[in-house]
Amino acid sequence: MGQIQLKQVTKSFGDVQVIPPLDLTIHDGEFTVFVGPSGCGKSTLLRLIAGLEDITTGHIEIDGTDATDLVPAKRGLAMVFQSYALYPHMSVRKNIAFPLRMAKMNQAEIDKRVNAAASVLNLADYIDRKPGQLSGGQRQRVAIGRAIVREPSAFLFDEPLSNLDAALRVGMRMEISELHKKLDTTMVYVTHDQVEAMTMADKIVVLQAGVIEQVGSPLELYRAPRNTFVAGFIGSPKMNLITGEEASKHDATTIGIRPEHIDVVESGGTWTGTVGVAEHLGSDTFFHIHNTGLAETITVRAIGDVNLTHGDTIQLSPRMDELHRFGADGLRIG
Amino acid sequence: MATKASRSAARIMMAPAVILLLGWMLVPLIMTLWFSFRVYLPLRGGDQGWAGFDNYTRFVTSSAFWPSVQTTLIIVLGVLAITVIFGILIALLLDQPIWGQGVVRILVIAPFFVMPTVSALVWKNMFMDPVNGLFSHLWRFFGAEPVSWLSDASMPSIIMIVSWQWLPFATLILLTAVQSLDSEQLEAAEMDGAPWIKRFWFIVLPHLSRAITIVILIQTIFLLAIFAEIFVTTGGAFGTRTLSYLIFQRVLESQNVGLGSAGGVYAIILANIIAIFLMRIVGKNLD
Repeated sequence: MGQIQLKQVTKSFGDVQVIPPLDLTIHDGEFTVFVGPSGCGKSTLLRLIAGLEDITTGHIEIDGTDATDLVPAKRGLAMVFQSYALYPHMSVRKNIAFPLRMAKMNQAEIDKRVNAAASVLNLADYIDRKPGQLSGGQRQRVAIGRAIVREPSAFLFDEPLSNLDAALRVGMRMEISELHKKLDTTMVYVTHDQVEAMTMADKIVVLQAGVIEQVGSPLELYRAPRNTFVAGFIGSPKMNLITGEEASKHDATTIGIRPEHIDVVESGGTWTGTVGVAEHLGSDTFFHIHNTGLAETITVRAIGDVNLTHGDTIQLSPRMDELHRFGADGLRIG
Repeated sequence: MATKASRSAARIMMAPAVILLLGWMLVPLIMTLWFSFRVYLPLRGGDQGWAGFDNYTRFVTSSAFWPSVQTTLIIVLGVLAITVIFGILIALLLDQPIWGQGVVRILVIAPFFVMPTVSALVWKNMFMDPVNGLFSHLWRFFGAEPVSWLSDASMPSIIMIVSWQWLPFATLILLTAVQSLDSEQLEAAEMDGAPWIKRFWFIVLPHLSRAITIVILIQTIFLLAIFAEIFVTTGGAFGTRTLSYLIFQRVLESQNVGLGSAGGVYAIILANIIAIFLMRIVGKNLD
């Protein structure tokens, strides 16, 4: 069980309203990711769900009961913090056992659950060490261990991978996804990294300035971004957003075309330009094209190692069926 | 200071300071040791030759010795208990966001800037005076008999005065420690279902342990030598004669430098025993 419902929730700090009225339903067992640029209110939203911040108006329901005025401990949620927030003077075992001790569980049950969590997360080797003696990835696992022993109805993650190095991040990303499959519990995950959002989420909530821009599965967001913000935010490299005359040709204020939907052709291309920076990744090559007659620099992804370098002339042919059109208000047309 | 040349240059440049400091320390220490083995009565014939260990045996066998050690320890422990407990409470209060935080913090620190002699005089004459002190007025207002604090409750009075002086120091150090606590840890504990008293006990207090040991260590060193407060208030009467006050009396009131110096050596030994003891605790806490 772990359905979370936000109804007309707002949050103000003093006179500043950081979250205007917001409705959102997170279904049981869903892996929901809040994603958005820094300062968009995604962490605040998570803290409102956790109960670490009081909501200004509106209601939060967890499993159908009103949790608006419940203290954090009574909401049945567990949270993994960005800094992991391990208790530095306690061993790993004591850290994980802490919520159970607070719940006045008997020692046999505590031991059983801590050992179970330790084996799920491979913590057994360093269960008697202090957090200060662990690496970033190990601390991360301990923090998750402390969350799972409580058997909460939902997990809340606040940018848990942002302190890890790139290689470890990919590994932990998969571990968290696997944990979600194994436990089948609701997870709410906050990140500013759209790659994490795309790879892990069942449902992505894109936020900007406290407002939900779009909710949907990763591929829905990729295929049909509701507005120019989502179009520019989801996908890597970013979608090319083109305004002006070129857009008017398609009866739109802005047109968008993803770098992977533009083909490099020998002749007869729609746009001709010169290569600025070429990023060779081996499997792909990203070209930044100037002097196409458009106001914007165009990014193109070519499969494989294409042998073009700085200053070369290039012809581009966008796939018209993959073109996104946006109106004057920034919203999608058609 | 990576190379050999820069290391030796550094040594040469530091040498004057080190030598000065050593001299500053060693000269009085050696003089104290020297006098402690002499019969030296400044008003009764001056330096009269070797005394052997006479001064040492006379100092410890005097009926005033053990009570003075006891008094010293009671004052030290009493002040430590009060300053640490109230220091933690005040630090937690000052950590709360309040209007006029800056002014309040300066006011709390203010007693530390008052000289010991002055603060003892203020307490003696303005608060504890049995006729005109603030406390006596307060007692009379409630219809009670005023207490003559410094004679009837001499030890609690002195502990109160000294605690008042040292509380700001403890508060300041503990406040910085409270402020350095990661708020996510407290939030995590809150999510883990710990009510505030348990958050204090399991998270805040262990976090403060290092600062508490430092407060205890530094205060003990200074409290073992308190003198002005006793000199100004009770003059060592009413059971407030500490070891340092006893030494003062032996040297200046009995005009016996040899005996006083022997007492000084005992004080050094006592302070060192306590310091070693404390250092080991601190060392364990500062891992």
